[in-house]
Amino acid sequence: MNSNFIPTKYDVYVDPQRCRLCERCVENCSYGVFRRDRDRILTFPSNCAVCHRCISFCPADAITISRRVVQYRQHPLWDEEAREDIYNQARTGKVILGGMGNAKYYPNIFDRLVLDACQITSPSIDPLREPMETRVYLGKKPKQLKVSGEGNDVCLKTQLTPNLMLETPIMVAHMSYGAVSLNTQLSFARAVRELGTYMGSGEGGLHKALYPYKDNIIVQVASGRFGVKPSYLNRAAAIEIKAGQGAKPGIGGHLPGEKVNADISKTRMMPEGTDAISPAPHHDIYSIEDLAQLVRALKEATNWEKPVFVKIAAVHNAAAVAAGIARADADAVVVDGFRGGTGAAPKVLRDNVGIPIEAAIASIDEKLRKQGIRNEISIIASGGMRNSSDLTKAIALGADAVYVGTAALVAMGCRVCGKCYTGLCPWGIATQREDLVSRLDPERGALQVQNLLTAWTHELKELMGAAGINSIESLRGNRDRLRGYLLDENILDVLDVKTVGA
Amino acid sequence: MCGIIGMLNKDGKRIDGSLIAEGLSLMDERGNGQGAGYAAYGIYPDFKEYYALHVFLDNLKEAKVDVEQEIERWGYIVYSEEIPTSEKGTIEGEKIPYRYFFKPDPRKLLGREYNEQDAIVEMVMRINAKRSGALVFSSGKNMGIFKASAWPEDVARFYKIKKYKGYMWLGHNRYPTNTPGWWGGAHPFGLLDWSVVHNGEITSYGTNKRYVESFGYNCTMLTDTEVVTYLFDHLIRKHQLPLGLTGNALAPKFWNEIDALDPNVRDVQTALRLTYSAAAMNGPFAIVVANTNGFIALTDRIKLRPLVVGSKDKTVYVSSEEAAIRAMEPSLDRIYNPLAGEPVVHQLEGHAQ
Repeated sequence: MNSNFIPTKYDVYVDPQRCRLCERCVENCSYGVFRRDRDRILTFPSNCAVCHRCISFCPADAITISRRVVQYRQHPLWDEEAREDIYNQARTGKVILGGMGNAKYYPNIFDRLVLDACQITSPSIDPLREPMETRVYLGKKPKQLKVSGEGNDVCLKTQLTPNLMLETPIMVAHMSYGAVSLNTQLSFARAVRELGTYMGSGEGGLHKALYPYKDNIIVQVASGRFGVKPSYLNRAAAIEIKAGQGAKPGIGGHLPGEKVNADISKTRMMPEGTDAISPAPHHDIYSIEDLAQLVRALKEATNWEKPVFVKIAAVHNAAAVAAGIARADADAVVVDGFRGGTGAAPKVLRDNVGIPIEAAIASIDEKLRKQGIRNEISIIASGGMRNSSDLTKAIALGADAVYVGTAALVAMGCRVCGKCYTGLCPWGIATQREDLVSRLDPERGALQVQNLLTAWTHELKELMGAAGINSIESLRGNRDRLRGYLLDENILDVLDVKTVGA
Repeated sequence: MCGIIGMLNKDGKRIDGSLIAEGLSLMDERGNGQGAGYAAYGIYPDFKEYYALHVFLDNLKEAKVDVEQEIERWGYIVYSEEIPTSEKGTIEGEKIPYRYFFKPDPRKLLGREYNEQDAIVEMVMRINAKRSGALVFSSGKNMGIFKASAWPEDVARFYKIKKYKGYMWLGHNRYPTNTPGWWGGAHPFGLLDWSVVHNGEITSYGTNKRYVESFGYNCTMLTDTEVVTYLFDHLIRKHQLPLGLTGNALAPKFWNEIDALDPNVRDVQTALRLTYSAAAMNGPFAIVVANTNGFIALTDRIKLRPLVVGSKDKTVYVSSEEAAIRAMEPSLDRIYNPLAGEPVVHQLEGHAQ
């Protein structure tokens, strides 16, 4: 008996009529749910992470996983989650950790925004018959272009700073080597190179195997500075300073020592088996002027050839911070909404800190325009983009491009089970255990990620075409092509979007 | 659907408005009687030093007093009168068209970084944003816009257009969809000596509007054509871009075309697209934009609206329909369909006569 007992959440049932005793479930489950006992399979459902690995490998379709309902006395305030969190903390005295993004039922703004289409007065454009441009350049743009001469003798008098060219406005978000496996990063790298877009390295340095993909990689400089050295900075298409993350605004990161194997220790430039701690703030950034120094230092270290991005969590004053970032010589601000994913975050921060990405994009875009510096910086949005309509709406609200993290993982088989921090990911994604990592074939992973981003790009083109727009820059910040459906007036105001019917 | 038309005599020879009215009236099919108008350049030689402000007044009492007070805060009115019209009461929703010849006074603008044209723009924006019964719809020198909610031939008659002589004329026949057919919504739109006639619907309006607003322009007329006017003013007058490049900025070449250009031209076009991405106009359009020196005609990048160009000696014609050009000049030297997104630029070679 234990007074802090929490009932098991799932039932795992192996149908003895169907089961062939092949033991694939035993072999595949890294959480220890299955055990062979003579001529039957025993199950330990309390270990189950609902990752579906067993189901997908069972040749006899013998496994069923269902929610086990153990009735609590119903109470609107003291719901199951509230009570179970207390039982947990009363037992452990610890901060509750959770994987993936915000798991609270906040209303989703994207789901209350609808896009526009042309009818009669202007024609929609068929992307299968007409060119439809999704190319995006990320980085500073001059406010004004000065030229001399006319016609074919025109000469540029304005010098442009380096920009990143994306053939589709979708990039794969930063997930470090350590948090995810090398095969995961390799899958991303192959996919983005094929698609003409980019991936983030995460803060864990860059493994040698990724060097061939350097022209499609944005390397991250986070507060732990793992793996940061001149060759790392120069072996990249762009550099991103990570100041914050949507899943855990205001705090740093923590990779448990068990995940720090020899290879990771080498890539991160830290001792094997020790915890990799990224402090909450960068210890050389205590104010905006410090950021400006770091931006310039990184540019100096790379001969002013690489754009430098700065990533922040979407917090209440994100717009003002973004304006500061724009003035600190950065080339893009990455804003990560409160639905952003993570390998592990304290649940209390994950679920309660930060603002939705929709509001953050709108307010940042507006602030930059009001200050006349929208051209100084690109806006990259991330955090909970589930499909092509989310990202299309994000762009219509003012983003130049988006990062997708969770969606790219799901494309490779991730079931969003949220157990990334255990290091036991049975899909070979959020793990460093060699036998598990080898389950993810980078070629196959790349194909699946590439397929997803290709499909989304097709859908983006369809949505643009329906709206009579044939280049992505005419969608960006075009809030007149959005309408709010049952959004309150305050939110409509922030989004600068009209209500449906108006 | 709308009808647009324009003509320019490059020698600056002035002709009266009956010809353009005839051409435009041939395209009545493209409108619905809810708006038409003309812009004429070179019509006020006696007042060419002064800004000619054409204003719609709701009445000759408060509205007139109000607008005159505002104008006199910026300079002096040297002459004013009701714009002569005929057939009063025949056009729906009638306004009183009035004109002021005006000279801004630097002394009245103390404390500002004085730029005469910026001052005029600011004054026009202020009057129009106030919506106090007066709307300035034309504000250039030696040019003027005449428009109303009616068929082209009725508007021409109403304003006695054949009494004006200009070296360049623009005309527009409207089929309104987005905004009601009110007088202010008729084309041409004007600001300083810019005038714009536009057939189409700009699907990038939200992006373009926010772009020009970040430079201090106010979009008050609820229509995308207004934004086109400001884009041209911004790119050409403020940013000093050549006309051809302005056309490329607003109707950008496709990336695959740009990528295939010679490096020098490619770099210019790439830089142009990057810098002016929020100014690029999307969706179906054909426009003619004029200033004192000439005009630029432009369609969207896949030419979802028609545009035909013809010429005879030193006169260039541009129109939605070939028939309208042939009605104005039966024996043309050349007539052709410009490519999608190809800027057609024609400038005055002589001086206005």
